[in-house]
Formats: sequence, structure tokens, C-alpha cells
Amino acid sequence: MTVPQQSSIAIKATGLTKSYGSIQAVRGIDLTISAGESVALLGPNGAGKSTTIDMVFGLTRPDQGSVSIFGQSPAAAVRAGRIGGMLQTASPPDYLKVREMVKLVASYYPKSRPVDEVLRLTGADQFAGQRTTKLSGGQAQRARFAAALVGNPDLMLLDEPTAGIDVEGRREFWQAMRHFTESGRTIVFATHYLDEADAYADRIVLVARGQIVADGPATEIKARAGSRTIRATLPDVPEDVLRSLPGVVSAQRRGNAITLVCSDADTALNVFLTTFPAAQDFEVRGGSLEEALVELTGDKAAIGALR
Amino acid sequence: MSGTVHLRYEILRTLRNRTILAVTLALPLVLYYAVAPSNRHSLADGISFPLYFMAGMAAYGAMFAAVTPGAHIAADRSSGWTREMRITPLRPGTYFSAKVVTSYLIAIPTLVLLYLAGTTLGVRLDATQWLKMTGLLLLGLAPFVVLGIIIGHLASSTSLTPLVGGTVVIFSLLGGGFGDYFTGGVMQTIVRLLPSYWLVQAGKIARGGGGWPAEGWLVVAIWVIVLVPLAVLAYRRDTSRG
Repeated sequence: MTVPQQSSIAIKATGLTKSYGSIQAVRGIDLTISAGESVALLGPNGAGKSTTIDMVFGLTRPDQGSVSIFGQSPAAAVRAGRIGGMLQTASPPDYLKVREMVKLVASYYPKSRPVDEVLRLTGADQFAGQRTTKLSGGQAQRARFAAALVGNPDLMLLDEPTAGIDVEGRREFWQAMRHFTESGRTIVFATHYLDEADAYADRIVLVARGQIVADGPATEIKARAGSRTIRATLPDVPEDVLRSLPGVVSAQRRGNAITLVCSDADTALNVFLTTFPAAQDFEVRGGSLEEALVELTGDKAAIGALR
Repeated sequence: MSGTVHLRYEILRTLRNRTILAVTLALPLVLYYAVAPSNRHSLADGISFPLYFMAGMAAYGAMFAAVTPGAHIAADRSSGWTREMRITPLRPGTYFSAKVVTSYLIAIPTLVLLYLAGTTLGVRLDATQWLKMTGLLLLGLAPFVVLGIIIGHLASSTSLTPLVGGTVVIFSLLGGGFGDYFTGGVMQTIVRLLPSYWLVQAGKIARGGGGWPAEGWLVVAIWVIVLVPLAVLAYRRDTSRG
């Protein structure tokens, strides 16, 4: 049996699916994240982000597919202290002070960071002597962040770490996070704030309805988000033919209606008109971020959450 | 030593939850003083009533104390902390042993307080009897320590209180903690299969008996052997989002 000690692949998830009763939370996610990357899982509520994160941690067993962390099973990676983070909607344990909680978590890890340093870095030193039950929402998140950071894991997974924190608090949070990522560690975070994903991730993985709908550098996703869409009525031409047109990023068909998301709408429209003279009812719509996200996620309800 | 830090904070958290602690320590004591003084000079089961009832309350109080950590487990589950601990290298062995230690940590003072209460009403035993009785009580508690962990991992924080209270009262009543109501027939046979019965019998060592017969050891051992894997299973399965 060989156990690779060093692997440049932090997360390799293959063919993950998970259903809860009749609800398909995750329907086929393949994701490879290299060591040192900072990746945002961006998507509306219910997109399958948390379920995916739970499966990566080994808390939820996938119906199909597999996950390896630095070449190990999730359970082995957790035992070795190589992976850590914050789960969704957890709060700190009661009957402990913040410093005690961070010390407690530090004691679990083989190569933890100095408690005081982490408290200072996260700003939790300002309320380190307070009981966890007396904290504001933002303070509680920061205390949990300190607890996640103190273990000094190689891979940090954060499920909506800034939920319930105000704008200023979020900025401070990510400043502290930067100290962590600068040391070459891997970070994956789920968020439904586009600006957060854009500002703090090198790579954005857009998740909707249990699938990855876009995956690329933040700049590329933003470029797509700045795109235009062409709508038209055109029977019979398959989606992949439309998708291969120059300037077209993605194509979708609903009955006879087609929607093309374009990186270069001018070129796309020219080629489209000459190639398919049968097309009718043109509409070229432009370029708001939100519309592009709706196109990418195919989900109108998502628009509010992604704003 | 990671285990010692975890244990220290588990104890600290247990001691800081004053409400649970106070109720656990005071309840058997209050019941004892409510009943025993007025029956001070009567006999029950061939021994003085204060001794008889002390044994019963010791069994009841210790059981109640032993399952208490279940309440902490349920609270940590509803806050999401249990899940957050699962993504750290905390070892299950460390987790379980700390729960067992805190269980006994509350159970032991419960016993001591009842012993003291007994002596105020004239209960006198020699040192060997006190020690033997305590030893068997602590052993007989083992199934309830494990039961507390199981309930803590299965019950929601709202259903926990009735579940814990109900379990302890049923076991106490059937085991004879509130008096012997099952002295013959089928019920007696059933009752002798309960660990709480032997817990109460441990208290009656003061009567001059030599402790448990083989049957008592066997019953307690079987309960532990059956419950421990269930506790491990309950812990393992308990990783889903609340």
C-alpha cells in the first residue's frame, strides 16, 4: 500500500452525486483543486455547495463518486490535521470563553499555530475573554474562524464564512485570511456574494442546481458576466452546433427558442445570421452581471441571492 | 497531550453549566429529605428506612447524574459544534473517555451528598461497607453513562429533557429506587435483568450482604457490551446537518 505524503492536488472530487429523498442536491460534480489555489464556490442557496463541502470533509457519504484530499481519503486527511475549516450554520460551543475554545481546537492538531497570534490575526483578541454565548454574530464568526485557523491545516474549506457579518467585518475577515493564503495554503470557500468571490478567489466555480455551470479564473467568469445574450427562434439546430459559433460562450434551447451567451456578440450575430437565415425574432440583450449569472445558472430565483 | 486539554475543558464546561449541575446534585437530596425523616424509625426490607431509602436515592441520583452529559451532547449538536469537531483530528477515544469522566465527575458528588444526608438521619456503616457499596454503584452506573451518550446523539435538544427524565425514572422505578414493588412473579424476573436493579442492590450491601451475585455482574456487563457499540454507531452516524 502506498500513501502519497505530498500531492500537488489538494482536492480531487470525481462524479459526486447526492440525493436527499427526491431532492437531488448534487448531480455530478467533478472538481480538481491544486495545492495553493484559492477557489470560490459561487452559487445561490440550494445550489449544492454545502452538500459538496460536506462530502469533501467526509461528513456526508456521496451516493456516487469519490473524493481524495492530498491523495488520502477525507477521513484520513481529517485525522492527520491536513484539512480544516468552518461548516455552515455552526455556532461556538457554550460554556467556554473565546480563548479557551481556540486553545481547545489547537490541542487537536499536530502542528497548531500559537493561540495568541491567531487571536490577534483574526481580531478575536478583542473579545478573547468573553463567553461564546455573549458574542455578536460577527464576533462568533471570527471566533470560529480563529478556531479554524489555529489548526494550521494545509487545506481550508469555509462554508459561507462571512454569513451574517457586515461589510466592514467581511473586509477584516478576508484580510486575516490573506495571511493564511500567503503561506501557500489552499483555500476553498462557498459564498453567494459575487463581489467576495471576485475579490478573494483566483478561481471561481459557479454551482447551480447541483452542477458546475462555469469554472475558470475570476477574470474569465467576470468577462462572461459582462457578456451579451442573443435570443432568437430557430428550430432544429442542436445546442452544440450553436455553441461552436465564434463569439458564443454557451447556448441553450427551450423548445424553438434559443439563447446564446456571447463573449463577442457582434461577431456571433453576424455569423449567426449568415449561417441560419431561418432564424426569427431576434433580441440582443446586454450585459448586466446579474443577467449573465442568470444565463449561466439558468435560475431566475438565484438572482436575488447573487446580487 | 491532546486528550488532557480536551478533558480539562469538558470538565470546565460541565461545571459552568450551573443549572444542570445544581438540579442533578440537589434533586435526590431534596427527595431524600422529603421522605426519609418522617420514616426515620421504621424498617424496610429488614433495614432502617433512612438506609433503605438512601440506597434507592443513591441509585436514582447517580443514574440521573450519569446521563447528564447527554444534555451537553445534544446542545453541541444543535449548535453545530459536534459537526465542527468532526473536521478536526479529535480522536473518538478522547471524545468518549472525556464524556465518561465527566459523567462520573457528577455522579460521585451526588453519592457523597446522599451519604452525608444518610448519616444525618443515623445511617452508620463501617468503612469497608461504604467503599464496597460505592464501588458497585460506580460499576453499575456504566450502562447509564453509555446510555446518556446514546440519547445525546439521537435526541434533539428539545426532546432530550423528557427522554432523559423518562428513562431515568422508568429505570429507577422498575429497579426499586423508589421502593420494591416487584418482589415476585414475572415482573421480578424482568426487573432482575435491568442494570438499575443491581444499582439499587449495590446500595443494600449495607444490610451485610457480600455484594452482587454472578447474575448482577453478568447483567451489568451485558448491558455495557450491548450499549457501547450502539453509542459508537450513534456517534458515527451523527454527522448530518441539523
